[in-house]
Amino acid sequence: MRRPGLLYVPFWATYVFLYTPIVVLVVMSFNAGDSPYTFEGASLKWYGELAGDATVRQGLVNTLIVAAGSTVLSTVLGTLLAVGMARYSRSRLLDAFGLLPAVLPDLVLAIALLVFYAAVQMTLGLHSVIMAHVVFGMAFVAAVVRTRLSHADTSLEEASRDLGATPLATFTRITLPTLAPGIVAGALLAFTLSIDEFVIAFFTAAPTEPTLPIVIYSMVRFGVTPEINALATILLAVSFTVVIVAQRMTRLTESFR
Amino acid sequence: MTTEHDIARPGAATGPLSGRSPRRARVLGRAAARLAFLGPGVGYLIVLLIVPLALLLSYTIFRRGRFGGVVYETTGENFSRLVDPLYLDVFLGSIQTAAITTLAALLLGYPTAYAIARLPRRWKTIALVAVVLPFWTNFLIRVYAWVILLSGPGLVNEALTGIGLIDEPLELLYNQGTIVTGLLYSYLPLMVLPLYAAIERLDPQLREASANLGARPARTFWSVTLPLSMPGVLTGCMFVFVPCLGNFVIPEILGGGRSIMVGNLIRDQFLKARDWPFGATLALAVIAALVVLLFLQAWASRVYGGTGERRA
Repeated sequence: MRRPGLLYVPFWATYVFLYTPIVVLVVMSFNAGDSPYTFEGASLKWYGELAGDATVRQGLVNTLIVAAGSTVLSTVLGTLLAVGMARYSRSRLLDAFGLLPAVLPDLVLAIALLVFYAAVQMTLGLHSVIMAHVVFGMAFVAAVVRTRLSHADTSLEEASRDLGATPLATFTRITLPTLAPGIVAGALLAFTLSIDEFVIAFFTAAPTEPTLPIVIYSMVRFGVTPEINALATILLAVSFTVVIVAQRMTRLTESFR
Repeated sequence: MTTEHDIARPGAATGPLSGRSPRRARVLGRAAARLAFLGPGVGYLIVLLIVPLALLLSYTIFRRGRFGGVVYETTGENFSRLVDPLYLDVFLGSIQTAAITTLAALLLGYPTAYAIARLPRRWKTIALVAVVLPFWTNFLIRVYAWVILLSGPGLVNEALTGIGLIDEPLELLYNQGTIVTGLLYSYLPLMVLPLYAAIERLDPQLREASANLGARPARTFWSVTLPLSMPGVLTGCMFVFVPCLGNFVIPEILGGGRSIMVGNLIRDQFLKARDWPFGATLALAVIAALVVLLFLQAWASRVYGGTGERRA
């Protein structure tokens, strides 16, 4: 006996709530007028404006540098950490320690790093943001790779060791290939999180080298311009494509297993 | 590594290095591997997480420097300022805002997760992806969208005057309700996902048994489904409450500087007032509130600990 009718009211309310602002942003980005509130005919005017905005372009370049750098470091460190925690340690404390950066409020991590950088008198720049992003990126990569490890069959590793392979050989020939999908997923996660990260970058970046979220923050703070709508639409389109492609890919790899 | 390789191979133990037993070499190899795997990550986290956190927390007992930074003279001043009504109100107000948001997310998220869990398999995936999709777009832009929606000439006012509910545009921006809306919008997916995971796992036979024994759907929900999905409820509440409590961006954009939260206070201590010790003390208060909450959650999840899962 199922009467799901009533249940679907909050269900649809959730989707309306989640998507109304997005639809408004996208529609308004094609506005020919200057008002962010009333639609006065379609045009690509704001996209042109955006293309000529050097601050946005520089912000995007900075963000991509930070995301690429922190992803590479996070992936290497996170994967090693995950394998080490799963295979060479039984410490619950270490497990909690590895997850800490993922559960700590971003503001706390941000000010802690700001204080630390000031104490060691490090100049701020893109490198300080990269170092900061690796702290949480590594934790997420380690968490994703560990889930993969816990499903992995350990008998192959045992066989490799019994046949006399060194830990290094076992790792590169057996563990790493088994973990590859998890590592890729972890790297993608670290990259996405870094691209979108604002709070930590806000505290650890040099004012002269803002990342894109910092640029967006100052745009949003100092007045509502339809140019933000155009930027929002482009970012939305990119994220949606990436998420859908990733979804397709995981389904594809799952069907091959 | 090649010598170790040879030693570790049972056949090679009789080689020139046979003075060390293969077993001992294996133990040594394991220790080396342990260091190689755990060393870099743990070292990195110690230098860039533990040391900074320890440094930050140590600042709570020092005096502020004149131009930021600290003077290393101990003082209890920071803690006594914490209970100043001015700051205490903001702190308690932030806990209230975060709690209201969490409750709203639960009330909206639970039926949504429940409905998703009952969808046919194909639609389930689509519905879940649709919940997460907005989450993967820029956080600031999602918040900014609400400025457009809720402002005087914005869509919500337009719609309300259009259907004749109101004559004058309402002032919908820059109050606690606006902040809650923005927080809810930003973190609702974090509530739906763990709830979905918990509800999906429930054995449908338990609901059927309850119905067969004569319980009405409401009774079945309150005595079977809800208690059994409690771990998901607790996780979801933590996932929403934590980022809400320390937030400073949403109160700034949607609160218009009129309603502030503890996150704004902390940000200002570091970037405007340059009172790092007091900022660190406020951060410590936030961490303390979250630790209390984590313990409550751990206790509650022991009470409702994992039963009712579908058996394979």
